[in-house]
Amino acid sequence: MCIKKTGVRAAALWASGAILATVTASAQAGYQLNFQEPATKLAREVYDLHMMMMYICGVIFVGVFGVMFYSVFKHRKSSGRTAATFHENTTVELIWTIIPTIILIVMVWPVTKALIAMRDTSSADITIKATGYQWKWGYDYIKGEGEGIKFMSMLSTPREQVEGRAPKGEHYLLEVDNNVVVPVGKKIRILTTAEDVIHAWYVPAFAVKQDAIPGFIRDTSFRADREGIFRGQCAELCGKDHGFMPIVVEVVSAEKYSAWVAEQKARLSVAAEDPNKVWSLDELKQHGEAVYTKNCAACHQATGKGLPPAFPALDGSKIATGSKEVHLDIVLNGKAGTAMQSFGKQLSDTDIAAVLTYERNSWGNKTGDMVLPAEVKAARK
Amino acid sequence: MNIATAANGHVTAHDDHDHAPKGMMRWLTTTNHKDIGSMYLWFSFFMFLVGGCMALTIRSELFQPGLQIVRPEFFNQLTTLHGLIMVFGAIMPAFVGFANWMIPLQIGASDMAFGRMNNWSFWLLPPAALLLVASMFVPGGAAAAGWTLYPPLTIQQGMGMDMAIFAIHILGISSIMGSINIITTILNLRAPGMTLMKMPLFCWTWLITAYLIIAVMPILAGAVTMTLTDRHFGTHFFSAAGGGDPVLFQHIFWFFGHPEVYIVIIPGFGVVSQVISTFSRKPVFGYASMVYAIAAIGILSFTVWAHHMYTTGMPISAQLYFMYATMLIAVPTGVKIFNWTATMWRGSLSFETPMLFAIGFIFLFTLGGFSGLVLAMAAVDVQMQDTYYVVAHFHYTMVAGALFSAFAGLYYWLPKWTGHMYNEKMGQLHFWLSFVFFNMTFFVQHFLGIAGMPRRIPDYALQFTEFNQISTIGAFGFGLSQLLVVYNVISCMRSGEKAPAKPWEGAEGLEWEVPSPAPHHTWEVQPIIK
Amino acid sequence: MSTEHHQESYYYVPGPSAWPLVGSLALFLLAIGAVMVMNKTGPGTLTLLAGFAVLFYMMYGWFGKVIGESESGAYNKRVDGSFRWAMGWFIFSEVMFFAAFFGALYYLRTISVPDLASADNALLWPDFKSVWPSAGPDFKEEWEAMKPWGIPAINTLLLLTSGVTLTWAHWGLMKGNRTQLKAGLFLTVLLGSVFLGFQFYEYGHAYHEMNLTLATGAYGSTFYMLTGFHGFHVTVGTIMLIVMLGRSMKGHFTAEHHFAFEAVAWYWHFVDVVWLFLFVVVYWL
Ligand code: HEA
Ligand code: HEA
Ligand code: HEC
Ligand code: CUA
Ligand SMILES: [Cu+2]
Repeated sequence: MCIKKTGVRAAALWASGAILATVTASAQAGYQLNFQEPATKLAREVYDLHMMMMYICGVIFVGVFGVMFYSVFKHRKSSGRTAATFHENTTVELIWTIIPTIILIVMVWPVTKALIAMRDTSSADITIKATGYQWKWGYDYIKGEGEGIKFMSMLSTPREQVEGRAPKGEHYLLEVDNNVVVPVGKKIRILTTAEDVIHAWYVPAFAVKQDAIPGFIRDTSFRADREGIFRGQCAELCGKDHGFMPIVVEVVSAEKYSAWVAEQKARLSVAAEDPNKVWSLDELKQHGEAVYTKNCAACHQATGKGLPPAFPALDGSKIATGSKEVHLDIVLNGKAGTAMQSFGKQLSDTDIAAVLTYERNSWGNKTGDMVLPAEVKAARK
Repeated sequence: MNIATAANGHVTAHDDHDHAPKGMMRWLTTTNHKDIGSMYLWFSFFMFLVGGCMALTIRSELFQPGLQIVRPEFFNQLTTLHGLIMVFGAIMPAFVGFANWMIPLQIGASDMAFGRMNNWSFWLLPPAALLLVASMFVPGGAAAAGWTLYPPLTIQQGMGMDMAIFAIHILGISSIMGSINIITTILNLRAPGMTLMKMPLFCWTWLITAYLIIAVMPILAGAVTMTLTDRHFGTHFFSAAGGGDPVLFQHIFWFFGHPEVYIVIIPGFGVVSQVISTFSRKPVFGYASMVYAIAAIGILSFTVWAHHMYTTGMPISAQLYFMYATMLIAVPTGVKIFNWTATMWRGSLSFETPMLFAIGFIFLFTLGGFSGLVLAMAAVDVQMQDTYYVVAHFHYTMVAGALFSAFAGLYYWLPKWTGHMYNEKMGQLHFWLSFVFFNMTFFVQHFLGIAGMPRRIPDYALQFTEFNQISTIGAFGFGLSQLLVVYNVISCMRSGEKAPAKPWEGAEGLEWEVPSPAPHHTWEVQPIIK
Repeated sequence: MSTEHHQESYYYVPGPSAWPLVGSLALFLLAIGAVMVMNKTGPGTLTLLAGFAVLFYMMYGWFGKVIGESESGAYNKRVDGSFRWAMGWFIFSEVMFFAAFFGALYYLRTISVPDLASADNALLWPDFKSVWPSAGPDFKEEWEAMKPWGIPAINTLLLLTSGVTLTWAHWGLMKGNRTQLKAGLFLTVLLGSVFLGFQFYEYGHAYHEMNLTLATGAYGSTFYMLTGFHGFHVTVGTIMLIVMLGRSMKGHFTAEHHFAFEAVAWYWHFVDVVWLFLFVVVYWL
């Protein structure tokens, strides 16, 4: 076997060179051949681990197939070879059982370390709860600077772009109305959970992916080492619009973060509605339309026709034209086991009153009645 | 191997037509393993085309960003049915077809142990397939929760989900009965002198596969049964409100699912072992260690399931355990790869179509195995889980693995089945086109995955466009190339050159002792192996 | 049929048969019937009934044929060996089926319920305490769990005794005492039926007096799934025993040739063992 060794070694060298070349080229190419540029120490480690795996596997691959292709070219029947008859060799067989085992042990060591570091979510500076809904994310800042901030974050790419009626923007499908803002260099702990089905909170540049499981809290964490906007997507099939619930994290300096927190706090206090405001039907309807487009149209469609039977039509619906109590109940509390979620926790009294009014007086629905914020408030338990 | 009375193997071809029903009824009522094997193979090929057309629809939608061809909810149904149909409708039945045809021939038995049950195993498939395909046309459409059927998404769906659940039950009954038949045949009907350690490797791989099937199909049945009761009878297995847990389903599913992926590949290992040895004109290297390796894979496969669940938030100790156990599987698999290489080493190689597919298999399956190993690294998998990297991984193992090995077996045994040679040139063309287009379709998906493109999405961000386009073009090329094998098989049956009993110079084993095509009844007198 | 001449050969290969096809039709009807019933569309009940009718027709015809072949001496030692392997593997598949549900019970008791009550999840379920039996954090009604030392304990005794009577029947068969065979079988059927009767009563009691239903969270789900599937197996076993009793009365089975009887005995003992596990982990601990 010894003459052939040099050939194999040359092949190995040549191939690892080729792999290296590809990897270097990838850094320059417009499209991506490798991970996104890491933005945390852990993501960098994962990047390196992956490269290590590539090299080890590459070398083994070249070794094995070097031998096999040597045989393919040299041991052909057409070149007059007759077959040898050997068919076992315990020593060789033991060797190629033991060596891979050793390689695996070598590989697994750094991975174990990285994994342990990754799962350490203790002593975070800021804790944010990320709740998956069909199909948007809700964020609650529950500890650290910014405590008390909460908002929903949903896809902001216009429908026209998706349907090809408008040119697609640069961040097509990876843009949301409200970014998650966090300070640079601080350890952020993300608690994930979900309202309806399983979602997953995935931001590649942080090497973070954590399933959001309804009824359970799971957690993950990251410490971004540079400012910027980082984009990810929901990574667990969660129904119709699974492809349309991105995650955008905006990493900013400490000062900018404090400013953002102040701004949010101000927004929250202004938003506290005036319960005594007197609404006219048209005003309510108008406000309701906005709420509807944002929260309901994904399922029930802007036309109110829904996508039956999965998502019922509201146009002509018995519930949306029947008693207010029943209508209020399904919107406030949702319906367990279906995609109809409870909006009571997501929307304010006014929003719910408005959207109900809108539903009862749009398309073919002409009840002419109005649902007032006070009624919603009373209906909440 | 020495066969004393081989010449007698087919003396009793006397009665095969006597009162047997003709026409359609022959196929509906047959108890003959060759008939049933052929039906399995045709069925699986048909389902492969159905599942393939779904894949092409998926790929067409993904040709460019934006929604063009299908609506998102239908896209999810396609993905789900594509996965279910390919795994349960195409690949598994294909190998059961091989088992039916070849195991009795290879061990010198006159038929399978239970002829009628064998027929039932087959005839359960069409109703199950019908349930799956028909579910696309019921209100609410087919199941759209992915072939992994994770709740609570499955709880939300319409009656298509129930149809999928019952289809899975029926498929499960079919494969359990088929496996009991295969195990019993192998353990009880071997010809005198055919000890277990003399059996062709294909029989060995099926022995282990059948064991895996019997062990895990009931688990899947349990999982979908709980889904069914959660949907309709108020149980709370998978809902936190009642103390259950959606992740429980994942544990049960993957306790089935991981052995399942070896169920899909192990018979392919058997086919490839025999093909490599035949065309190297050399016995398989390390027969015994091959057997031990398959057995080791079979056993280890029960201990690694949660590597599909690294991102569910299991305790770190569990993550570490599953990572280590998963990596261990590389060792016996590596043994097989090395043994194949050693089988070729200093052989007298020729490269007919079966051999090309077998080598293509080893080459690409190893790549798929390596990407599996990358996924096994929990810390790295966090980046890859539920992205196209996983899609690339499993198509390397299941298309270039299971499907290519099935093609190798098809070309290898076609002369024995039909009595005619297939068109060699066209077979080779089929291989090369498949090889090239396969890589074009799936290699680029690795890049998509590491760059962060999630799977199961009908629309994607702009930076993923180029690779998706390459992949789609590749998929159409791959699909069209499959027309060659359809044509080749049909023309081989109709007008191929006459095949001798043993068309391959280096082939060994009892199946080559009977004429081609193998008569309706073989080994009515058992051969004696010395 | 073309099967006779196989008889003198080393293995019996049955001739063409339409029963498998009938069986497939039965399962297909059952499946679509069940789908329709569960989704309240179409003629579901009718289809289900038709499915059962076809299924029983198939069983009657197919098993009848097998019994006929067996009694006419078509099956030699090899065939007997095949039956043994096959029944063994079938029971193994049943073991795995139960394993899925026992696994679920284990998981709910030791993982998900404690997890839901852990500090991490206090954000979602602040007042939930981990105790077993549990119906989960969101189950508000009053309910009671099963007590082991009433009917369940009696049922355990019944099943254990039935294992003994069945073995006694087997001894009778082995030594040619047909009366003992029939008496033993009869007693076993009787014990099995009483077991089922008690089980049925217990379910009624649970539903009406204890507010313990399928929908009673984790406990209700696992309790009914495990005992329900077990009860289903006892039912099937009892029917098989009745068939064996009928065949014994007709003079079937000899001391050497009675695998059908043994298969049913294996199955019965398996069902017995499952019950013991059930009794311990579902009722007792
Ligand atoms: C035929 C099917 C098949 C096969 C054989 C395999 C084989 C393997 N698979 Fe794969 N896998 C799937 C089908 C298959 N898989 C499917 C369908 C999914 C996705 C399901 C879904 O989510 O829908 C999946 C997903 C999947 C995941 C989960 C990914 C995720 O969702 O996050 C993981 C993670 O560990 C994994 C790992 C492995 C490993 C380690 C092997 C190993 O068996 C591979 C072993 C082989 C080798 C390693 C190569 C040869 C070895 C050598 C040459 C020896 C020397 C090598 C070294 C020492 C490095 N697979
Ligand atoms: C053994 C199993 C198997 C096989 C053989 C295949 C074969 C193929 N698969 Fe499949 N695939 C799976 C198992 C398999 N797949 C599984 C389990 C999933 C996961 C599902 C899930 O997420 O739940 C999946 C998911 C999956 C996805 C991801 C979908 C998503 O995440 O949304 C994609 C996308 O590219 C894909 C593509 C393909 C292609 C192009 C082929 C091709 O190889 C198919 C080639 C065959 C044909 C094309 C048909 C034959 C030819 C003709 C009919 C002639 C006419 C042809 C033309 C006119 C061109 N598959
Ligand atoms: C994620 C999908 C989804 C969203 C978003 C959604 N719904 Fe629904 N809705 C459903 C589903 C599914 C049902 C059917 C539930 C059932 O099976 O009874 C439903 C039912 C309803 C009904 C009862 C209709 C009928 O006739 O049965 C009303 C009213 C309703 N939704 C209002 C709303 C309002 C108001 C909003 C927004 C604030 C909204 N929905 C957002 C999915 C959704
Ligand atoms: Cu949310 Cu996918
Ligand atoms: Cu796996």
